[in-house]
Amino acid sequence: MLVYVDNNATTCVAREVFEAMVPFLTDQYGNPSSAHPFGGSASKIIVSSRENLAELLGCDADELIFTSCGTESDSTAILSALATQQNRRKIVTTAVEHPAVLKVCKRLQQQGYRVEYLPVDKHGRLNLADVDNAIDDETALVSVMWANNEIGNVYPVEMIAEIAHARGALFHTDAVQAVGKVKIDLSSTAIDFLSLSGHKLHAPKGVGALYVRRFTPYWSFLTGGHQERGQRAGTENVASIAGLGMAALLARENMEVEQTYVKGLRDRMEAGLLATCPDPAVNGDVEHRLPNTSSICFKYIEGEAILLRLYQAGGICASSGSACTSGSLEPSHVLRAMGLDYRMLHGSIRFSFSRYNTEQDVDVILEKTPPIIKALREMSPFGH
Amino acid sequence: MWDYTEKVMDHFLNPRNVGAIANPDAVGEVGNIVCGDAMKLYLKVDPKTKTIQDAKFQTFGCASAIASASALTELLKGKTLEEASRLTNQDIANFLGELPEEKMHCSVMGSEAFQAAMKNLAKSRPDWNVPVIEVVEEGEDRIVCHCFDVTEAEIRNVIRSNHLTTVEQVTYYTKAGGGCGGCKDEIQLILDDILGKASPKSGADGTTVPLTNLQKIALIQDVFDSIIRDGLKADGGDAELVDIAGDTVMVRLTGKCAGCASALQTLKHWVEAKLREKVSAAINVVEVK
Repeated sequence: MLVYVDNNATTCVAREVFEAMVPFLTDQYGNPSSAHPFGGSASKIIVSSRENLAELLGCDADELIFTSCGTESDSTAILSALATQQNRRKIVTTAVEHPAVLKVCKRLQQQGYRVEYLPVDKHGRLNLADVDNAIDDETALVSVMWANNEIGNVYPVEMIAEIAHARGALFHTDAVQAVGKVKIDLSSTAIDFLSLSGHKLHAPKGVGALYVRRFTPYWSFLTGGHQERGQRAGTENVASIAGLGMAALLARENMEVEQTYVKGLRDRMEAGLLATCPDPAVNGDVEHRLPNTSSICFKYIEGEAILLRLYQAGGICASSGSACTSGSLEPSHVLRAMGLDYRMLHGSIRFSFSRYNTEQDVDVILEKTPPIIKALREMSPFGH
Repeated sequence: MWDYTEKVMDHFLNPRNVGAIANPDAVGEVGNIVCGDAMKLYLKVDPKTKTIQDAKFQTFGCASAIASASALTELLKGKTLEEASRLTNQDIANFLGELPEEKMHCSVMGSEAFQAAMKNLAKSRPDWNVPVIEVVEEGEDRIVCHCFDVTEAEIRNVIRSNHLTTVEQVTYYTKAGGGCGGCKDEIQLILDDILGKASPKSGADGTTVPLTNLQKIALIQDVFDSIIRDGLKADGGDAELVDIAGDTVMVRLTGKCAGCASALQTLKHWVEAKLREKVSAAINVVEVK
């Protein structure tokens, strides 16, 4: 049995997506750049995928560049903003960004750029006054994620983009967790760059996209061939782009389902665990949160132990912000930035749903989790 | 996902000897909840035969921490204090088949909990002649890694008993250096000392007489104003000595050096190297902007 509730890590490839990809992995293997008609079907699917994705995001197709992943999109946006505004040498971002943004910023600091990391409160929320204070005339880019991968907080990026523009800075958002889960309409915002990743919305791994607003100055990270109108060199990953196009179409059709069905699963599970487990606490801003994500801390016990027992007991796949699961020795930077109580910090579990989860999945989680939490609590030297 | 052996998974999913012992003869406690793992070991010892009759544990930690504690109690039960005193963290790892190297600190936590219990026993039963290996030398109880509260003595013990040769390994076995990473240079010095490459306690000209704080500050100031600033000026740069706290020297690069892409290299490979050569091998230079 498999109860997969780790959809913020990656998602299953939708059946329709897989089928949309197969022709380009078999008969239609042409290169979209070729002059002969055999490459033509590959170039047509890239056009239609771009249009599907543009419809999902409320932008124009020519404002989208296909990339290899969310990380490439993030790096491209950040480095582009610095390369096109060499008189501005400061970046404003948040303490809770994904490493795809944070590590780039750390590296830029070593190269002499100034970076300001906005703090968050105990619910992971930003203070707009801090944002306003941090952005100055030196600021090239403000980068704030649309939604946080660990706690699911949704940030007021449209508003922050306006603040950034008022100071002449560009605005980027890492929307890897938001695209497909919450409604996005870029036509009504001041956002300059938006990063997304295919495998978070039922497309395969290895494909992503970057939105670059029309008239926003742009510098290409990968240079070489003329692909993507010279904005991103490298032969297109045609099959995966076909998959991402189909995934975007499905995401648009299912947008309501995220807010109703998926949210319903999440809420029933969360309420059930809070009622049956000792000392639980929900992490994040429950008023402004992705509909699929629930991050819960269990006091006095450790996340990896919980996860491995969940998998053993019911095939439940979730994730944890504890140090032991991350391969580092420090717990999640997000939970630490929130100043979480150290008795809770190591016992956080993230459950993240998708429209492919079932009510039965929730039943299994509600049945298997409380005894595991209680057993580990009894084993712990703390909390007695 | 860690690659745990079947035996690790067995001892994690079905841990032996969980719980507390009422009226134990000894208790050993290590770790703390802030650092992410902790263990409490309880022992019951037969006063006649000095044999460990019962061992129980409580552990806060990951799968391998729980498995290591379970393994430890199984290893201890039935052993005389004399036999048990030879137990090392490697015995725990061997009992479990294997632990991922990054998780060896879990086995070290087990052996440290046992050492703590033996010390506790030696105190409460002074007439028993409990074999306690006192490994801490003067000055070695100072904390090297502040993120995880690891002392120099703990680092030295683990390096010796596990034949470690790299800073990364020391982090795997003790967690030291796994947080902010600020103590990695210091761990390297301890390694160098044990492996016979250098002595962190010896001063500039091979003397082993430690400098007083005042002498050290004066020497740093002197080396800084002469050799270091002259060297930097030759390249159009300069530097300012901002402050000195213990062995940490805070430096602000100015002139051409400020904002230079290789500023960090300059600080670590030149400024720090010079100060280590002239003042003390323990010097750590940090940049202040």
